[in-house]
Amino acid sequence: MTRFLIRRLAIILPTLIFVSMIIFGLQQLLPGDPALAMAGEERDPVAIQQIREKYNLDKPLPQQYWLWITGVIQGDFGESIRIQMPVGQLLVEKLPVTIELAVLSMLIALLIGLPAGMLSALYNGRWVDYAANIIGLWGLSTPNFWLGIMMILLFSVELGWLPASGYVSPGENLLQNLEAMIMPAFVLGTGIAAVMMRHTRSAMLQVLSSDYIRTARAKGLYERVVIGKHALRNAAVPVITLGALEFGQLLSGAVLTEQIFAIPGFGKLIVDAVFNRDYAVVQGVVLCTATAYIVLNLLADIAYYLVNPRLRA
Amino acid sequence: MTAETAGISASAMRSTEESPARRAFRRLLKRKGAVIGLLVVTLFILVAALAGLVAPYDPTEADWSALRAAPTPAHPFGGDELGRDVLSRVIFGARASLLAGVISVGLALLLGIPVGLLSGYAGGLLDGLIMRLTDAMLAVPFLILAIALAAFLGPSLGNAMIAIGLSATPVFVRLTRAQVQAVKVEDYIEAARAIGNPPLRIALRHILPNIWPALLVQATLTIASAIIAEASLSFLGLGQQPPAPSWGSMLNAAKDFLTQAPWMAIYPGLSIFVVVLSFNLLGDGLRDALDPRHRD
Repeated sequence: MTRFLIRRLAIILPTLIFVSMIIFGLQQLLPGDPALAMAGEERDPVAIQQIREKYNLDKPLPQQYWLWITGVIQGDFGESIRIQMPVGQLLVEKLPVTIELAVLSMLIALLIGLPAGMLSALYNGRWVDYAANIIGLWGLSTPNFWLGIMMILLFSVELGWLPASGYVSPGENLLQNLEAMIMPAFVLGTGIAAVMMRHTRSAMLQVLSSDYIRTARAKGLYERVVIGKHALRNAAVPVITLGALEFGQLLSGAVLTEQIFAIPGFGKLIVDAVFNRDYAVVQGVVLCTATAYIVLNLLADIAYYLVNPRLRA
Repeated sequence: MTAETAGISASAMRSTEESPARRAFRRLLKRKGAVIGLLVVTLFILVAALAGLVAPYDPTEADWSALRAAPTPAHPFGGDELGRDVLSRVIFGARASLLAGVISVGLALLLGIPVGLLSGYAGGLLDGLIMRLTDAMLAVPFLILAIALAAFLGPSLGNAMIAIGLSATPVFVRLTRAQVQAVKVEDYIEAARAIGNPPLRIALRHILPNIWPALLVQATLTIASAIIAEASLSFLGLGQQPPAPSWGSMLNAAKDFLTQAPWMAIYPGLSIFVVVLSFNLLGDGLRDALDPRHRD
């Protein structure tokens, strides 16, 4: 276990360093003088000089990176130009909203994707399988922001069942919070459900053709025990770990979903920051999501290692 | 695909056996989903190319009598918030979407294949470095990386294509590298090396022709994601700029008029869905048709 962990960490560290370099490097893409771009409407040379000094833009590039990264490690992501607030604080404020959305979406994805994939594998080649595959392709091909708009059209505009926007924090009123979150979570969850269905189907098909399933059936076990206990347990392992990989897709989707349903999370933060030329916030959000993604995948790897005895040799 | 296609006795084989590309195409045509995908994609390409002839109106011309007008025979998809014809805008929007899909994936291939070939063929320290760099790029979710790139490059359709292309590149680096590693241990590569071919020639003449099927499948599927990504960026205002039409920016305008003019939202979204679905069907079909393990 220790050796496995050390090996994994040895890969993660350079990856994180590269991620930070890419994110820092984004700044270099700004056309012209970054100080001018940050100053926005301000054309006063003194103010521009101040910005240059404040953000260390007058120093050589490697030194700029070093100053930035040592700050980031200590939790200092710089300051939001627009809100006049430390970026770190903004991130901590918005993170729980996106986490709630992500968890709810993942739940919906699992609730749809796992049973659909199982049924599809059990009825391989029959109409249930075709139906599940068509729904899966539909889920993969629907842009989630369009699905969101269509759901607002149906459930908010036509039927008036759910609010189109208006986020309420769960601490304030849990029921209203869930009412506001259910549509966005569904929109995000279906895309991932489609991927999950495809993976469950292939994992299940593989397991169902294995020897121990034949043995279990030959022993005369009930089919529901064979499927529910023997097959599902083994098929679920790769699917659950794949959930961690889908997290990236979830975050990408959250950007648009939060925009449509006006949910004040990470996605809305980065989009607002982009339009306000609040580059420190953009960098902070990207760095945070990338780190979260890397850590989640490490946890998935560890989980996979723990449940798969063959890797432990 | 074995030594025959590597050129050793290709001419001798050609007379008795159909070429791999032709066989793949024949097998592709046997798949209903893939054929539908191919037809729809072709149709959309034609519509986009001939947009000026097909579209009933100028996509940017405002007609006050069609202001948020419900669909009529004169405006089958209705009018938008400025009275422009939604059908004409959907037709011209196909240009932005398809161009963005093809150009960004082209860019990803152009960057990804050489780097992947180098990484897979050279190995060692360089390979390790390239792999960590792709790890780092893949750690940032696709759309978030594209948004960040587009934010720093500035909002325009061209920059959105660059951002999407760069974000899609690591996948092609990885795929090319994995394919090269699988192929480079084959005897015919060893033979090519033994007769004194320089590495560049081996990579281009012997390895590349043998790994293109996997790249083609991935490229087709990536076009589908790139089209969604362009629509997403345009929806956020980071892609196609008004008044030029794009499906994503049309949806952005539409979301403010859902109660008065729902048709503004329905048709551009439906177009994205149909095109993306078709590329996905085509990609899935290509994968099956090009997989040597599937025999017909």
